[in-house]
Amino acid sequence: MQIDHTLYMKRRIASQIGLALSMSAMAVGLAVLIWILYILFSNGLSALDLKLFTHDTPAPGTEGGGLRNAILGSLMIVTLTVLVSTPIGILAGIYLTEFGDESKTAELTRSVTDIMLSAPSIVLGLFVYAIAVSTVGNFSGYAGSLALSLIAIPVVMRTTENMLRLVPGSLREAAFALGAPRWKVSTMVTLRAAKSGVMTGILLAVARISGETAPLLFTALNNQFFSTNMGAPMANLPVVIFQFAMSPYDNWVRLAWAGALLITMTVLVLNILARVVFRDKVH
Amino acid sequence: MNMPTISMEGGHLVSNDMVMIAKKQRSQDFFFHRVTQGFSLLVLLALLGIIISLFINAWPTFQKFGLQFIWRVEWDIIKQDFGAAIAVVGTVASAAIAMVLAVPLAFGIAVFLTETCPAWLRRPLGTSIELLAAVPSIIYGMFGLFVFAPLFADFIQVPVKAVLGGMPLIGFLFGGATNGMGILAAGIVLAFMVLPFVAAVMRDVFEITPAILRESAYGLGCTTWEVVRKVVLPYTQKGVIGGVMLGLGRALGETMAVTFVIGNANRMPSSLFSPGTSIASVLANEFGEAEGLHFSTLFALGFLLFAITFVVLAAAKAMINRAEKAKGS
Repeated sequence: MQIDHTLYMKRRIASQIGLALSMSAMAVGLAVLIWILYILFSNGLSALDLKLFTHDTPAPGTEGGGLRNAILGSLMIVTLTVLVSTPIGILAGIYLTEFGDESKTAELTRSVTDIMLSAPSIVLGLFVYAIAVSTVGNFSGYAGSLALSLIAIPVVMRTTENMLRLVPGSLREAAFALGAPRWKVSTMVTLRAAKSGVMTGILLAVARISGETAPLLFTALNNQFFSTNMGAPMANLPVVIFQFAMSPYDNWVRLAWAGALLITMTVLVLNILARVVFRDKVH
Repeated sequence: MNMPTISMEGGHLVSNDMVMIAKKQRSQDFFFHRVTQGFSLLVLLALLGIIISLFINAWPTFQKFGLQFIWRVEWDIIKQDFGAAIAVVGTVASAAIAMVLAVPLAFGIAVFLTETCPAWLRRPLGTSIELLAAVPSIIYGMFGLFVFAPLFADFIQVPVKAVLGGMPLIGFLFGGATNGMGILAAGIVLAFMVLPFVAAVMRDVFEITPAILRESAYGLGCTTWEVVRKVVLPYTQKGVIGGVMLGLGRALGETMAVTFVIGNANRMPSSLFSPGTSIASVLANEFGEAEGLHFSTLFALGFLLFAITFVVLAAAKAMINRAEKAKGS
């Protein structure tokens, strides 16, 4: 049999060019992303000091200052969001797996949840402004939490659903055979079996909302002063970063980089934690 | 002597009890079912709420300008004369540039991670891509403003304008000020932002190709590239398109990565270098001071943005669903 060597060589060369290109895509992609992280760390670390946690955001034109009020505000808004959206997300996820197999509304809910996961977050901010800020008459930490819940609930809901689906049917059937009612099976057998998966979802939701800026612009707004009143405008890291980075003051820009580093570290640590929790469960 | 009666009574009671318990459990279950259903319907309610509340607040603008609002180029706050075209063009152009740059790179990364990458590197590289997809978008915005825009002005805009700016037909694309801000810069920063996300989705999709398909192709003498092009890609086509459209949805609705670098000028961009604005950045910049018709116009823009991304995301979702069904059968 005659082997066409030129054709063979052509195909091999084509393959090698393709793979070389894909390798350089990986190199370019990684280089850009490492560059961005390097910029973030070099600017953020130099601005990082203890004053960040002991001083409040400075007034325009004044020296120094920290991010204490913004860090506290972010913590409070995110905590409230998690407290509200975790139970809602988990119960809704239970519905989708345990009751929603054949229903059309469940199917629709599932699709809508997926869309809400990637919906433009600034529009969620507009919506919450319309229902919770303009009606009450002032910006507030509560409105900020409401806007973030609209992002967190779909995340928790979808992960809960996916994790509950991994629980073997025999476990449910065994519990039913013992005479347990559905609610007990769902909450005390299935949910418990999927506990670490659900935890992963909650961690990912926290990571997702910690860095969200756009929904807070029209809801929590900002507050130059230290405040623990969630019924009033509240300082929070993302909005402070946004305002300070755009400002002409050098110390504000430095604080923005420090805040950006804090947020990114939080998000990355939460993501890694979520992976560790999930891996412990799988293996 | 009393024993039998007690046990008889006991037995009777037990069956009665069981009926009671069963009834109780049934009502508990009904209650549980409705409560969880109620919570899951909250999402649908939120969607309806968003559409209705945006539309109501946007109504004065729609009423005044009608459907023409979408393609009017006016944006004059003093004369209260508004149109969406400038922001829509900026949004679509920056997102399109981002996808043109990010999709081939993401494809390359996904191919590398699934085909050529040594096994020991696969996990760490894959995980770092996923982690990068989680970095908040404001970081990309700050990077764009402080680092990328100055470099872009000096090393891309000035030389490119010098070489191509004078050329007929395409020269106009590279006109304008070379200060680093503009549609193209915003598109590139957006590309950086969606790259890890699209790459991670593509890699996940490539990985569902059954090993047996790949191995049969190799067995027939295919090269690695041919396996990717003629087996993996056709098999995962819908999933890949779905992933790209998810990325597009994110790019269209992104606020922070764009606002920092697009220049925020309410003029129709005349070249790739000229500053423009996107719907999300108009909202972020002007909402604080908006009143009257301006205020409702911003809601109208928000409504448009939501409508555009909703269509894109719904199409992406449908694509991915079909891909998953094809995989199942």
